[in-house]
Amino acid sequence: MGKYVAARLIQLAIVMVGVSIVVFVTMHLLPGDVAQLLLGDHATNEQLQRLRGQLGLDQPVWIQYVRFMRGALTGDLGISIQSNRPALDDVVAAFPVTLQLALASLLLASALGVPIGVLSAVWRGLRFDAVVMTLTLFGVSMPIFWLGLMLLVLFAAGLGWLPVGGLMPVGLDPPRVTGMSVIDSLLTGNAAMIVASLRHMLLPAVTLASVPLALIARITRAEVLAAATLDHVRTARAKGVTDAQVIMRHILRNAAIPIVTVIGLQLGLLLSGAVLTETIYSLPGLGRLMVDSILSRDYPVVQAGALFIALMFVMVNLIVDILYAALDPRISRA
Amino acid sequence: MSAATASPPGVVRRALRGTGARFGLFIASVFLVLTICAPLVAPFDPYDQDLANALSPPSEVHWCGADQYGRDTLSRIIYGTRTALLAIVMADGLALVLGGSLGLLAGYAGGAVDALIMRTVDVLLAFPYLLLALIIVAVLGASLTNSVIAIGIIYTPQYARLMRGQVLTVQAADFVVAARAIGAGRLRIMLRHMLPNSFTPILVLATLQSGAVVVETAGLSFLGLGAQPPSPDWGALLADGHGYFLTAWWIATFPGLAIFLVVVGFNLLGDALRDQYDPRLRVR
Repeated sequence: MGKYVAARLIQLAIVMVGVSIVVFVTMHLLPGDVAQLLLGDHATNEQLQRLRGQLGLDQPVWIQYVRFMRGALTGDLGISIQSNRPALDDVVAAFPVTLQLALASLLLASALGVPIGVLSAVWRGLRFDAVVMTLTLFGVSMPIFWLGLMLLVLFAAGLGWLPVGGLMPVGLDPPRVTGMSVIDSLLTGNAAMIVASLRHMLLPAVTLASVPLALIARITRAEVLAAATLDHVRTARAKGVTDAQVIMRHILRNAAIPIVTVIGLQLGLLLSGAVLTETIYSLPGLGRLMVDSILSRDYPVVQAGALFIALMFVMVNLIVDILYAALDPRISRA
Repeated sequence: MSAATASPPGVVRRALRGTGARFGLFIASVFLVLTICAPLVAPFDPYDQDLANALSPPSEVHWCGADQYGRDTLSRIIYGTRTALLAIVMADGLALVLGGSLGLLAGYAGGAVDALIMRTVDVLLAFPYLLLALIIVAVLGASLTNSVIAIGIIYTPQYARLMRGQVLTVQAADFVVAARAIGAGRLRIMLRHMLPNSFTPILVLATLQSGAVVVETAGLSFLGLGAQPPSPDWGALLADGHGYFLTAWWIATFPGLAIFLVVVGFNLLGDALRDQYDPRLRVR
């Protein structure tokens, strides 16, 4: 197991070097002059030359890459053109919003997807199964930005039950501790604040959960059906074990490993895929920051955000792989 | 017949026996007909403004209502099929050609070439899809063409992996050994023997990806990074609807429904093709 983890860590380091090269190279392919972009159209030649020297843009590309990597390892990824703060600080400040949204969606998708998948497998071929299979097809086919808008039309504009966007009502912000509005509200113990934070999180979480919910339900159904054909399950049934016990003790235990893996892998995708949901519900998360930075050509933030999200994505996948190996020793021995 | 050498016409014919696949084909056909016949079918010019009818709800004149400039939403949706089809052809085509070529080269050449190509592919796969698309659009600039190029690039690794796997499978087949034995050149073996016999799974992947391409293109346009106003692109129409969802629900509802139907259609078709090509992958 130790060897497996070490090998995977080395792979992670190699992949991250590759990722950093991709980000560095793409940012160097940018049209126009970075110094001109930073100083604006009225900068003199002398000012431009000085800044190019300061930024190392007059150095060979490989030296620029080494400087970039040194900066990345020490958390220095430049200054945001928009906010004039360190780019990484902007990224780190936006991250808790995205993390909270991704975790809430994953919780919702797992809590509903696994039981629905199990029931669909148990009642295979019946009406419930047909409805679930149709709905899951709809779930994976529905663009989440459309689902989000339709939920807003129905529950915010139509019925007026839920807020139209944002993290909290104006003037009711909890003191920032974690940066996650629900957790920070819980820490205050103020009931009105807690309810408000949950009401604001509900529609975004449901929207982002739609695709993983459909996937988790489908995978659970398939894995439960596959596990139900195993020899030990047949033996258990032959011994007269009740259906409920067979499902809980013999089928679900075998089906659990791939289901847990799929759930884990969804987290990485949710962290990076929250951009559309954040846009619809005006949430100041990492995805929204990236899009705003691209539109305003704030490249230090784009660069820092890209490296940060890729690192999170790769690390979550690594943790899932290691957990998978820990749960199923055949993986680390292979 | 083994999966690796299943012929595309045979797979398609068998796949279309199912109800789901036929429904998928029906939707895809309607989509294609609307794309070609848009000027004949659309009741209005998609760019024609009629400010007197701005934000008017669905009626006998405007079946799907009108937007903030009084433009007919239905006509804009019908013309939007053209952008969607263009995205499928260009993005899927780019990924297929680029990924297919890289996979073919990696699988046939082996050694250092294979290692270099596949490690590059691994790095690209380490990026979440949407992030990679955002980075590419950041470099190229926000436009429909650039967003389609970005989507083509993000799907390239999948085609490269699939094609490499197919080439490795086909490499040991009798007809390749025979071609080598009679002295056929490397390029001839790759293009005349390996490529046609590796094509079925690529076709299946392309169909499966079509729906995703439509969603991703519309997503980038929705974020303001794809098609720009006043282009009648489905994602851009949804972005318009986002600004008016409190008062004019129809602007976002109908274009989203169009995307949803097209994606369901391609997913049904892709699932059926995949099941026929490799029954082991069928959802039990």
